[in-house]
Amino acid sequence: MKYYDHLIFHYSKEGRRGYTLPKAAVTTNEQRTVNRELLRNTQPALPEVSEVDVVRHYTNLSQMNFGVDTGFYPLGSCTMKYNPKINEEIAALPAFASIHPLQPVETVQGVQAVYAGMEQMLAAITGMKYFTFNPCAGAHGELTGLMIMRAYHRSRGDVGRTKIIVPDSAHGTNPASAAVCGLEVVVVKSNADGLVDVEDLKPLLGPDLAGIMMTNPNTLGLFERDIKEIAALVHEAGGLLYYDGANMNPLIGKVRPGDMGFDIMHLNLHKSFSTPHGGGGPGSGPVGVAAFLKDCLPYPHTEPVDSLTNELVEPAKTSGRVSAHMGNFGVILRAYAWLLTIGRQHVREVGPIATLNANYVKELLKDAYKLPIPSVCKHEFVFDGLINDGAREGKEGATTLDVAKRLLDFGFHAPTIYFPLLFHQALMIEPTETESKETLDAFISIMHRIADEAAEDPDILHAAPHDCPISRPDDTTAAKHPVINWTDLNSMNG
Amino acid sequence: MHPYIPHTTDDIRKMLETVGMKSLNDLYADVPQEFIYKGEYNLPDAMSEDEIRHFFEALAARNVKMTCFAGQGWYDHCTPSVIPYLTQRSEFLTAYTPYQPEISQGTLRYIFEYQSMICALTGLEVSNASMYDGPTAAAEAVRMAVASTRKKDTVLISSTLLPQVKEVVKTYASYAGIVIEEIAESDGQTSLEALTTSLASGRVAGVLVPNVNGYGIIENHIGFADATHSAGALFIEYCDPSSLAVLKSPAEWGADVAVGDGQSLGIPLCYGGPTVGFMACKKEHLRKLPGRIVGATTDRDGKRCFVLTLQAREQHIRRDKATSNICSNQSLMALWVTIYLSLLGPKGLAEVNERSSAAAHHLCKELLATGLFTPVSDKPFLKEFALDYKGDARALHKALADKGILAGVVIGDHRICFAVTEKRTREEIDYLINCVKEAAL
Repeated sequence: MKYYDHLIFHYSKEGRRGYTLPKAAVTTNEQRTVNRELLRNTQPALPEVSEVDVVRHYTNLSQMNFGVDTGFYPLGSCTMKYNPKINEEIAALPAFASIHPLQPVETVQGVQAVYAGMEQMLAAITGMKYFTFNPCAGAHGELTGLMIMRAYHRSRGDVGRTKIIVPDSAHGTNPASAAVCGLEVVVVKSNADGLVDVEDLKPLLGPDLAGIMMTNPNTLGLFERDIKEIAALVHEAGGLLYYDGANMNPLIGKVRPGDMGFDIMHLNLHKSFSTPHGGGGPGSGPVGVAAFLKDCLPYPHTEPVDSLTNELVEPAKTSGRVSAHMGNFGVILRAYAWLLTIGRQHVREVGPIATLNANYVKELLKDAYKLPIPSVCKHEFVFDGLINDGAREGKEGATTLDVAKRLLDFGFHAPTIYFPLLFHQALMIEPTETESKETLDAFISIMHRIADEAAEDPDILHAAPHDCPISRPDDTTAAKHPVINWTDLNSMNG
Repeated sequence: MHPYIPHTTDDIRKMLETVGMKSLNDLYADVPQEFIYKGEYNLPDAMSEDEIRHFFEALAARNVKMTCFAGQGWYDHCTPSVIPYLTQRSEFLTAYTPYQPEISQGTLRYIFEYQSMICALTGLEVSNASMYDGPTAAAEAVRMAVASTRKKDTVLISSTLLPQVKEVVKTYASYAGIVIEEIAESDGQTSLEALTTSLASGRVAGVLVPNVNGYGIIENHIGFADATHSAGALFIEYCDPSSLAVLKSPAEWGADVAVGDGQSLGIPLCYGGPTVGFMACKKEHLRKLPGRIVGATTDRDGKRCFVLTLQAREQHIRRDKATSNICSNQSLMALWVTIYLSLLGPKGLAEVNERSSAAAHHLCKELLATGLFTPVSDKPFLKEFALDYKGDARALHKALADKGILAGVVIGDHRICFAVTEKRTREEIDYLINCVKEAAL
């Protein structure tokens, strides 16, 4: 099935079915009083297929996919570490999976113990005090964190604080979250070292400041070493510090954002805490806060009564309800299992080994790829394209996109490309701590081979991938003439 | 070392040598010493796999498994075993967002199928790749309405919406300068008269109403879309997608946008998450629709393939001009409902509704026959209904909980909302009725 070209709709034939319902509890011929005008006129155009069709179709689709279990996935900023299998078994336990969220709290003490236990462990790792698990993703965590920030200012009658400072190197989601939270974004510049420019920051501080959003190490993989001074300045101006936990992995077991002066932070359980990315979700974006922000947390929130009992509360100055109930419990459960597996003994290995792996790959590839920031990196680093892209008269050089596509031919996922925006040919590599030296060596060797190919004949790269289910897709047509459902596609073919 | 961290001591030594360092600490030489955490991490001892299993089995035993007659946005429908089997395939489970379409056609194809099925259910032309959950999708729809109708800052939401939907919408709106006003209800359903009155302010950008409301009532939206459109506002329906197999679709009611939670499409309760939010709209609003979208195209060899498309709308491009910050979806849960809808098909899903509804009507009739309850409304319902209990609703609920029955959700001192799905057996329903009679004695 090298090239499998079906959608489930192709199998549809009237009268087929893929599932049998249990015997009806009540059989009745009585006409119920639903007025016809409340009923739909035509049945929805869903496929009618057999169970075998479904199993074979989705198995075939899965074989056109690449996951962490397929191979090395050095996607910068995404922390694609191994997803342990025992965690899947735990999340599927019926006594967790069958619990209705509105069951009385005394009947869900096992569930609540997971929230309480996670809060304690994340507090230990980050130096924050309390955590809400209600946000469903990293961006959702950012938004929630900013809501907490605003709820805090509001609760003190300090309503004029509507400005948020975001570094120019920030993830694009930071300014977007701020805008969605009704904050005005002010950009602070980076200095020549790629760090927040403290002199540029100072004039931005004032009574209208809600706070600053930072990630540390920043998106260039550099540690913001002036963080202490920045924290003092922002606090002095009455603002709060928000930590974007997207880059938390190198700090696990080594550095705690709470100790650096941050008041609010989010974590991505689907990054640093090993839960599977699921092709883009479900994730989980818990938000940690310093003790003084406890009353501003979203509700419902788990509050310990004693060592065995927890209750659900609505904090006094709550920032509100941010998701249907208490976030993606199934994801939180997996992350809890991971933390217990890592435990006190191994937590100190996570960040340092992830950092060692990144530096190792960087050192051994910098002879073939441009390294704009030569200093020691954290969990990830950026190359700015090939040193020799093979450009010559009549022939374009190989770009970062070409390198990425060629990697796919060798069974590696591509790094993050064209981010950070500061570098035009950015290639951002994050190996994580779960990769062996042999895997890294194999990747390094292929990256060298690709660089050699580019120098020799960049067309090999231009034409890549050569050995994937499809070759490069035409994005322009997709955007210009959107075909985004089966009805449109089917009528086009017909 | 650890099963998830494969380096040997010798590997670490060699690698440090390569990077020109003596110890792992040197990797943090750029971090000011005061920030290096020197304390003990207050974490439990690392557990082996078998210890983990025992630990969680003990925790799970502290939950009480109950026979579920509760709904209010989360329904205990049957889950075909094929779904967890297929969604656990690690090529789906352990993949990231499909940034490299050449090796992500699996994810991209099922999202395309998902979008198509959401379009089929809602009758609308466009669906995004999914959102976090129903309430956040509703909050995004409210933002979308305000963003597409300039200078209007108010969105009307029905008082009959599920509480969590209203609360999330109000939370999001309160930070974004959007005014939320509730539309009053009459006899358990959103009042068209109240809606018309509120629309007269001229400040209304959108109207959000449920197809099946918090009392389980199937709302009649005749005249709603016309009234909303003549005020220049977007008409948004919050839907239970399972019900759309039989009930009039949002498109048929004249909706511009439909949102809701996909949990009712065979997703286990799992304490409320993960589920999946859906969002669909008319084609004319495509470029305002938040979230990811997958589209069809061809590759260099002319083969049919699928890509993430229309990304210029998204947060990472628009930064502080963005009207939504969502940058992922609930992909695996979108796969879940796609497989569910494939297995059930239009007829199977209609059967789910018919059986749930027959069982719910039977329970309602039997509860009323006890003489202990009065109906909240005589409006039609599907699988969920609200009754007023003559005594203390919380006490009754507690008494039944002690018998292992989750007897609906208490929504007032005397009011309980019961839900029945096709999964409940006759014995379970009879047991509930008997326990109610006993408890009332």
